[in-house]
Amino acid sequence: MSDGSALDHHSPYETPLHRDETAIAGMWLFLASEALLFGGLFLICLIYSHTRAGGWAEGVRHTNLAIGAANTLILITSSAVYTMAVEAGKRGDNRRVVRAGFGAAALGLTFLALKGGEWGQEFRENLFPGPHFALHGPDAGGAQLFYSFYFLATFLHGMHMVVGIGLILWICRKARHRAFSAAWNTPVDIVGLYWSFVDLVWMLLFPLLYLIGRA
Amino acid sequence: MSGTLDPTAPQRSYLWQDGTLRSWLLTRDHKRIALLYLGSITAFFALGSVGAALVRLQLLEPGGTILSDATYNRMFTMHGVVMVWLFLVPSIPVTLGNFLVPLMLGARDLAFPRLNLLSWYLFVASGLLVVYGLFRGGLETGWTFYTPLSSEYTEGRVLPVVLGVFLNGFSSIATGVNFIVSIHQLRAPGMGWYRLPLMLWALYATSVIFVLATPVLGITLLLLAFEHLFRVGVFDPSLGGDPLLFQQLFWFYSHPAVYIMILPGMGVVSEIVSTFCHKPVFGYRFVAWSSVSIAAIGFVVWGHHMFVAGTSLYSAIVFSMFSFFVSVPSAIKVFNWLGTMHGGSIRLDAPMLYAMGFIGLFTVGGLTGLFLASLAADVHLTQTYFVVAHFHYIMVGGMVSAYFGGLHYWWPKITGRMYPETWGRLAAGLIFFGFNLTFLPQFILGFEGMPRRYATYPAQFQVLNVLSSAGAGILAVAYALPLVYFTWSLFRGARAPDNPWRATGLEWRTASPPPVENFAETPVVTTYAYDYAELDGRAGPPGTAVGGPHV
Repeated sequence: MSDGSALDHHSPYETPLHRDETAIAGMWLFLASEALLFGGLFLICLIYSHTRAGGWAEGVRHTNLAIGAANTLILITSSAVYTMAVEAGKRGDNRRVVRAGFGAAALGLTFLALKGGEWGQEFRENLFPGPHFALHGPDAGGAQLFYSFYFLATFLHGMHMVVGIGLILWICRKARHRAFSAAWNTPVDIVGLYWSFVDLVWMLLFPLLYLIGRA
Repeated sequence: MSGTLDPTAPQRSYLWQDGTLRSWLLTRDHKRIALLYLGSITAFFALGSVGAALVRLQLLEPGGTILSDATYNRMFTMHGVVMVWLFLVPSIPVTLGNFLVPLMLGARDLAFPRLNLLSWYLFVASGLLVVYGLFRGGLETGWTFYTPLSSEYTEGRVLPVVLGVFLNGFSSIATGVNFIVSIHQLRAPGMGWYRLPLMLWALYATSVIFVLATPVLGITLLLLAFEHLFRVGVFDPSLGGDPLLFQQLFWFYSHPAVYIMILPGMGVVSEIVSTFCHKPVFGYRFVAWSSVSIAAIGFVVWGHHMFVAGTSLYSAIVFSMFSFFVSVPSAIKVFNWLGTMHGGSIRLDAPMLYAMGFIGLFTVGGLTGLFLASLAADVHLTQTYFVVAHFHYIMVGGMVSAYFGGLHYWWPKITGRMYPETWGRLAAGLIFFGFNLTFLPQFILGFEGMPRRYATYPAQFQVLNVLSSAGAGILAVAYALPLVYFTWSLFRGARAPDNPWRATGLEWRTASPPPVENFAETPVVTTYAYDYAELDGRAGPPGTAVGGPHV
């Protein structure tokens, strides 16, 4: 719809700038809401990692630190690459937006592929909670609890990754049609906010699921 | 300025500009979306009422035989789930709020019109999921879904209902984001924060709760659903989870949600009281900031739902204290409405009757809340009908009264037609009477120890239960009345002038019903929200309606 220069007939805004500022405000507010969605999850994780410390730590020790750490690096890099798209967008350089966008999306897909491999391995090792759960002993309950959260948290984060990659590809498509200019590049910016948020969530999930209790 | 119509051209009202079904289902016009919501929540209100009616029928006799115990549990659950999430939480924000926020701001639409439409589709989808669960077996957990009742012991359809409520949350969040950003960004020239109508302060505070509390419910219910789907432990103690943690997180949302279910009503009442007393609201800034403080303090009182659940005494003391604190801004509002009415020339039209009903019933509900916030009294009263009566005084006596009051007040603006005033007053009186007959006996029942959520009761409680059920019957008739005469007025009601009540808000400065673009020209605000002197100067002396013949 919007090509950035004109407002459509029904638009509630006075100027394109007014619309763009509003859109950015909306994204920040949405992210505040998202922060509380994940916040609830982190809270429960922290509580159980204390009340069921033994089993929780056993679960943490069974996670694949190598893949987790590699994914952390990949995701940080992806965010960094996307900021180049944001910078290019500000200059109206559509070609660089496409290139950086594809780079960020490819890194995101790599993350998901590695994560999928990690999940597959864990399913084969029967680490998904249930009657056939692999870990036994007095703390097995706590370890099951850990893996409940591990799978739910990584699934939820993965869904956000899928949405984020979709948004980045949408930006790339728009940029290929030379949609952005120095005067109008808000969508590049807004998707950047979302992508950084997805990154940030992983920065908290990584220590919670891979590090705390490992030693 | 872009998008303005030529003021001399005849304007089409938003209702009739394009009558196709497609134009309604794909509309981005906040006014039409408000009406889509109005239709949906009215249907859910009816469904929730059926649950209540069956519960009250069952309780006519001590050993009621109309429903089996299992069905009784499903009926009060249906009543609770539908009324809370599909009626009360959305009620005023999505109907009156959607319709009025841009009009009161002097804007053409909400900040994100497509997000607004999306929120309606999410709402409908969530409603259908919930209804599917309720009709394919139902569930017996009550609207709170406490574990392990909802996990290990349930025989009902927890999963679709919980997922429906989860989805419903995103509809709320979308509305909240839209309102907050609109109020920040789309105020007309000259519309400073202290010139906003108090309805907008109330909706702003409500939206903060939508945005910040709803996601916590979302993640909690998602975990519950996850537990159900895969039989893994999260909250179920037999699987290693902690059921109290569910209660903590559930109430972290659901207590603020109680304020979602009252703050918009307070906003409506502030508008109505001012208009029908023809006086500015007494202590505007106090009323405005009390909305914000209710929302803020409301985030730190959730523990008072768990005084007897085995939480620590010290946390209970703190939660009790905050629960007393939150009554202060509520009381400020009540006193300021009374201060507004004091010395005013009060017109007792139907909206004002509802508003006065709200003030009285909300006060009773609020004061009885203090009994429940006191630790010692709560041990006796918790899980009894005293609690049931208390929150119905807030939610039905308060919020539903305000909702009906608001519907009557803005009906001329929404439809361009007047409702029949005599019938309006009659319904308002009947609702007030029927409500008190239903719920006043329940205070006594609870005080005497009748527990809630049982299908049977000892014979000595029968008289009060019969009174309560009789009241519910009156209430049913009283709620059906507006449905009938509102529908009638849509086709036969007298044409409404632009400003039938001589009210000050910007929404009264445009046509009834408003044109698609809301205002022919963006209004410029030069005075504070309730400047009746300015209105009288602009519109002539009191006694004449503004912008056309008064009926």
